[in-house]
Amino acid sequence: MTLELSIQYLMAGITYGSIYAIVAIGFNIIYNTTGIINFAQGEFVMFGGMIAITLLNFMPLPLAIFLAVVITMFIGALIEICFIRWLKSPSVLRMIIITIGISILSREVAVHIWGESIRSLPYFVGNEITSIPILGARISPQVMWVVLVSALMVVCLGLFFKTTSVGREMRACASNRKAATLCGINTRNMVTLSFVLSAGIGALAGCIMSPITYSQYDMGTGLAIKGFTVAILGGLGSSGGAVVAGLLLGVIEAFSVSVVPLAFQDAISIAILLGILFIRPQGLFGSKEAAGLKEY
Amino acid sequence: MALLELKQLHKRFGGLHAVNDVSFQVEPGQIKAVIGPNGAGKTTLFNMISGTFPATSGNVLFQGRELQGKKPFQVASLGMARTYQNIKMFSGMTALENVMVGRHVQSQAGFLASMFRMPWTWKEERDIRDKSMELLTLLEIEEHAHTDAASLAFGQQRAVELARALALEPSLLLLDEPAAGLNIYETAEVGRLITKIRDLGITVLLVEHDMSLVMDISDEIVVLCFGEKIAEDVPTAIQQDPEVIKIYLGEE
Repeated sequence: MTLELSIQYLMAGITYGSIYAIVAIGFNIIYNTTGIINFAQGEFVMFGGMIAITLLNFMPLPLAIFLAVVITMFIGALIEICFIRWLKSPSVLRMIIITIGISILSREVAVHIWGESIRSLPYFVGNEITSIPILGARISPQVMWVVLVSALMVVCLGLFFKTTSVGREMRACASNRKAATLCGINTRNMVTLSFVLSAGIGALAGCIMSPITYSQYDMGTGLAIKGFTVAILGGLGSSGGAVVAGLLLGVIEAFSVSVVPLAFQDAISIAILLGILFIRPQGLFGSKEAAGLKEY
Repeated sequence: MALLELKQLHKRFGGLHAVNDVSFQVEPGQIKAVIGPNGAGKTTLFNMISGTFPATSGNVLFQGRELQGKKPFQVASLGMARTYQNIKMFSGMTALENVMVGRHVQSQAGFLASMFRMPWTWKEERDIRDKSMELLTLLEIEEHAHTDAASLAFGQQRAVELARALALEPSLLLLDEPAAGLNIYETAEVGRLITKIRDLGITVLLVEHDMSLVMDISDEIVVLCFGEKIAEDVPTAIQQDPEVIKIYLGEE
């Protein structure tokens, strides 16, 4: 394999890897505050992209993306308030089934609004054939956008959780809900907030990836599976783990194309998921004790 | 006016009268202890006061305000902090961060402001950090401020938990068996810290099994037995009370 080709694969891997990582972080935020896996996470990504594409008819691109993120955050809050909040001491399994229902419902709503056609946002800079040469490989500027925005999101989320008072409260809820109540924190609001946050970062991911991967009403399911694989791989609840695992999975998938046919790409990621579940069920970076403390 | 007033508090679990017609008052600035044999209803009483579950009947008045029907997080933000028998730390966070979470009630910064790190939140963030550090210093564990709270020794975790409760700036502190699981030396330490807290003007109501601690630090003691209040007096009088001696030592 030539160097140029390797770099080309690597960049493709990093692009998809960043997107998987962002979806996985969305899973983690909700998992940390509620202990559930929100299978509608992929739908947040879809809504983000689709809404931005529609809004683009009325306003410039940056504003359309911003509004799409805000609207998706509202959708996230609405979903939590309508379907999760009023449940009294719900079992984890019940909540997970509810999120699967929400995912199906969202897809149906989307197909009614937007139809089955495949759409996409325009390239943020340049067009399909613009490219930047890097060591002989040719990289689309949109790839840079995806990588940079994803990196920025991870850093901002890290700062938010580490240095702000609301971020600390969310971590406190994740760590010990009873103790958080003792500190005067309304844990239910924190759960709503985690849905809002997940929806927001999902929507932003949906916008930046749209020019490369296109947006369609049923794109969420595939993304949710990849994001879930990454979340498990990195250790549920660990954001740093999600980034490393996301990039790892993206790069492995990209390079796998040079060895096996493209159709087997998904099989490889699922095989990795199974392998991890057999060998290290707590994930690459999760600790066994932390996993044991969770509700199931 | 009493800081906390319990009026004919009842709690039934099915046919069991866990707490039966208990009334007493907690005056500001005192340390009051609730003692009694296992199953006397002490923790049930605490849970009703802090809003964990509602009383079957009766009233809890805090600073003249009815607390029945309020949720635990609301009770906490009214200025009543509590600790549990088994320590509840935020693992994965440092001792200092644990205390900083407790300052949340005092924090004004909204979600959006702190999301975007507005300038006015920086100062507040610094204030919260300084104040939390002060509390850790007060409880003499400032050297462990940056250690993961879950990896501290048991006695030190107790102190962090006390600091976190104090971060709410409570007027009343409820302590559920603060000496549980501590050795004699650590128990004496906790007793000293509790009196230190009282001297700051914070009223303390505690449930405790350790008699040496209770007799040492309490200003007044309430004795519960099978859900009923059988005595309420100063420690020296409680030690002489024939009824109390009977339930603790048995009849001759």
